[in-house]
Amino acid sequence: MKNPNVLKHKMVPEHVVMSEEEVQDLLARYSIELKQLPKILVTDPACKEIGATKDDVVKIVRRSLTADEAVSFRLVIDTKMG
Amino acid sequence: MSSPKRIGRIKFGLLSPKEYRKMSVTKVITADTYDDDGFPIEMGLMDPRLGVIDPGLRCRTCGQRAGECPGHFGHIELAAPVVHVGFAKLIRKILRATCRRCGHLLLDEMQKHDYLSKMHELKDKNYSIEDVVKNVIKEARKTVTCPYCAEQAREIKYEKPTRYVEDNHKLMPADIRDRFERIPDADIELLGLDAVNVRPEWMILTVLPVPPVTTRPSITLENGQRSEDDLTHKLVDIIRINQRFQENREAGAPQLIIEDLWELLQYHVTTFLDNEVSGVPPARHRSGRPLKTLSQRLKGKDGRFRGSLSGKRVNFSARTVISPDPNLSINEVGVPEAIAREMTVPIIVTPRNINELREYVKRGPSDHPGANYIKRLDGRRVKVTDKNGDEVAETIENGWVVERQLKNGDIVLFNRQPSLHRMSIMAHRVKVMPFKTFRLNPAVCPPYNADFDGDEMNLHVPQTEEARAEARILMQVEENILSPRFGGPIIGGIHDHISGLFLLTQKGTRFTKSEVHELLRKCDVYKALPEPAIVKDGTGYYTGKQVFSMILPGKLNVTLKAKKCVMHDVCLKTDCESDAYVKVEAGSLICGVIDEKAVGAFSGALLDGIIREYTDTGFTEASRFLDNATKLAIRSIMHFGFSFGIDDEDVSQKALLEIDEIIEKAEERVEALINAYEVGELESMPGRTLNETLEMKIMQELGRARDKAGEIAGKNLGFAGELALDNSAVVMAVSGARGSMLNLTQMAGSVGQQSVRGERIKRGYYDRTLPHFQKGDLGADTRGFVRSSYKKGLTPTEFFFHAIGGREGLVDTAVRTSQSGYLQRRLINALQDLEVGYDGTVRSGEKVVQFVYGEDGVDPTKSDYGKSVNVQKIIQAVIDKQGKG
Repeated sequence: MKNPNVLKHKMVPEHVVMSEEEVQDLLARYSIELKQLPKILVTDPACKEIGATKDDVVKIVRRSLTADEAVSFRLVIDTKMG
Repeated sequence: MSSPKRIGRIKFGLLSPKEYRKMSVTKVITADTYDDDGFPIEMGLMDPRLGVIDPGLRCRTCGQRAGECPGHFGHIELAAPVVHVGFAKLIRKILRATCRRCGHLLLDEMQKHDYLSKMHELKDKNYSIEDVVKNVIKEARKTVTCPYCAEQAREIKYEKPTRYVEDNHKLMPADIRDRFERIPDADIELLGLDAVNVRPEWMILTVLPVPPVTTRPSITLENGQRSEDDLTHKLVDIIRINQRFQENREAGAPQLIIEDLWELLQYHVTTFLDNEVSGVPPARHRSGRPLKTLSQRLKGKDGRFRGSLSGKRVNFSARTVISPDPNLSINEVGVPEAIAREMTVPIIVTPRNINELREYVKRGPSDHPGANYIKRLDGRRVKVTDKNGDEVAETIENGWVVERQLKNGDIVLFNRQPSLHRMSIMAHRVKVMPFKTFRLNPAVCPPYNADFDGDEMNLHVPQTEEARAEARILMQVEENILSPRFGGPIIGGIHDHISGLFLLTQKGTRFTKSEVHELLRKCDVYKALPEPAIVKDGTGYYTGKQVFSMILPGKLNVTLKAKKCVMHDVCLKTDCESDAYVKVEAGSLICGVIDEKAVGAFSGALLDGIIREYTDTGFTEASRFLDNATKLAIRSIMHFGFSFGIDDEDVSQKALLEIDEIIEKAEERVEALINAYEVGELESMPGRTLNETLEMKIMQELGRARDKAGEIAGKNLGFAGELALDNSAVVMAVSGARGSMLNLTQMAGSVGQQSVRGERIKRGYYDRTLPHFQKGDLGADTRGFVRSSYKKGLTPTEFFFHAIGGREGLVDTAVRTSQSGYLQRRLINALQDLEVGYDGTVRSGEKVVQFVYGEDGVDPTKSDYGKSVNVQKIIQAVIDKQGKG
């Protein structure tokens, strides 16, 4: 059976790979470095689906109980730790 | 001062017997400690080279005095090797994974190579190698024939805690040690150890280090007798057995005796290391108390880590019993003079305060706001006494520090354990008072969860200007009226405050001008008295609502539904018949009765309204209102008089008969249900067994009966319909001050079904709860239904069932507190490093955890009961404004 597109499941929030420019903007906005971002594994099904690779930053838009919509950003990594 | 050193890395390893001997200053061979003259015996357990504990003597090793000498290790040469309990499990693993003859790890070269490279890979990435080690041992155990010497592997049984059996033959520690010595260094890494720092044979002790005397000081009792530390006692045991073992062996004793002694030696060394090993009876003191040995010193809540290293102790603190005082402000705390005299605040002498400080010093330590110490520029401290006060006062200069006694207006921190939320420690202003308890306004009991049945609280005096400023700005009680837990006031009136204001603001209350003055005497009123609302026979009378309005801030506009609101289909608002619609307009109470919903802790809508209306001075305004409200409430409850007695539960004869009949009928119906069940006519409900169905139906029936009985009792007492305001139980229940309809029901109607785990009581004897009943009788009275009321009194069987139900409640509380305490500890440990930044991000260290706090960036303290905006309120405010303008 063909693997379904996980992004289409209603429990999976929207994942988008950010452009280099957007990433720079994000880092400047919070005055942080890449490594201070939360992480996501390349092997994460959502990552695979959108074709994110190591050192990309993924923008995740979730539905939130308190704020309707909450935006989060995650740095793609290939292994835990290291 | 030298800068603190940074720890780069920590490496753990085992000490070899050689190292034990090298760091030892003496061999210990005698089990005795002191000789008849009280001098320590050489090569005994208190050898002077092991360090000094007696003041005046010098250490024979380092020449320092007691207190300076850190102590030095000695050692005992064990007559035979013994297993170190801490490594028992690891020893088992290694025994099973290595060859019994050549000591090689039972894997072939290929496998070893594979595992090793996997391990290196993980180590480079800073990963844990635990899983690989587990696999190595699992694989090695499967090997039957040693690939190196062809020896057959044998099964090794492990008997807790320190016995290893191979083919029904006990492995002596000496045998194990021999085997471990043969394991090549190359194989040790595969076992997850480090061959340089951890040779497996070191897990079998041949030498036992003797801790320095400074770690096991003996205490001299009042009668001059010396009492030794638990560790010393244990070491004495070890040395004795060690000697006996040696003598027996040299005398050529039979193998059986030798083995017994060996096991005894193993027991003593085991309990010396850890006295709580399962399977080993703990070594006990003569009194029967288990000894506190090495492991017990480190483990647990009072152990070295949690108790001594993480645990903090403080100075400038006081603790005593608390009691209420409604005349204090919520921001104040009454401090006994005896405590105020003892506690000090350091004040730096400046040209502007030098005269004032001289005055304190002159008064000395015993004339209350005095001074206890002064600190000179060179750091010398001089104690101020009654005698030298005048003299010292003249000498003080600018820059010196005067440790002034605590006086009115000082900021202090006040705390009650358990400190579960931030409101458990708040800053109060000192008010020095006579007697020996801390006094606080009862309105601040809810955040501390305090009552006055013997509770004690702690008080801390901040010692720097920064600390005081911070405490005042962030921690003062009025700053904490709103709770970050639910965005509403957590501080508010309790018990009598609510009853008092409820009675005061009833419809139809009226007061003469002088009565009004009396009620408001203690309050800080800032309004002029309005025209009296009632004029009768030429004299003016004020309503209770007018009196209450006197303490409301002028700009306050609030509407709310009182607790007794019954939610009519159409709300008549200001024309509400039962006065349940509360409306405050421009600081005067238009209609409605004040109760728990308006001024109570956790709900007080008025307080909430004040804080939100007065954006700048809200907290001060709110605390002033609370101070006034508590004072007014106490005055008014005293005006009306309020007490509760047995006759407040009196129900008419007719009502009693009605209640009896209701219960009688219910019991009949229960009988009918049981009959139907026994005949087999009862139909089971979906998803339930027949038994469960019966039980549920009976519970329902009896529950309904209790409620009906309560209804009748309630009606009779004046709880429903026209309220009986002369009945204090009704006043308290309706206003929300204390108690409920259920409590009333149980007192005047029927106590009802007692339960254990939500079921009727069924345990006790075989097929019956008590021997008074027939076996298998399922009737209401045999399974814990209490038909009597508390007022009437319980029958002996009812009383017993009630005790069963009550006991369950107590056990539940005890279990819940310990469980939630541990839960809290774990939660706090996990969250303590999170911090909300000025940009709204939540960070832990440098890592970002959330980009906007709580995803919406709302501070729950400032939210409206958890919601960021209350649209309804805003609309109402706009409508009101337009209606006016």
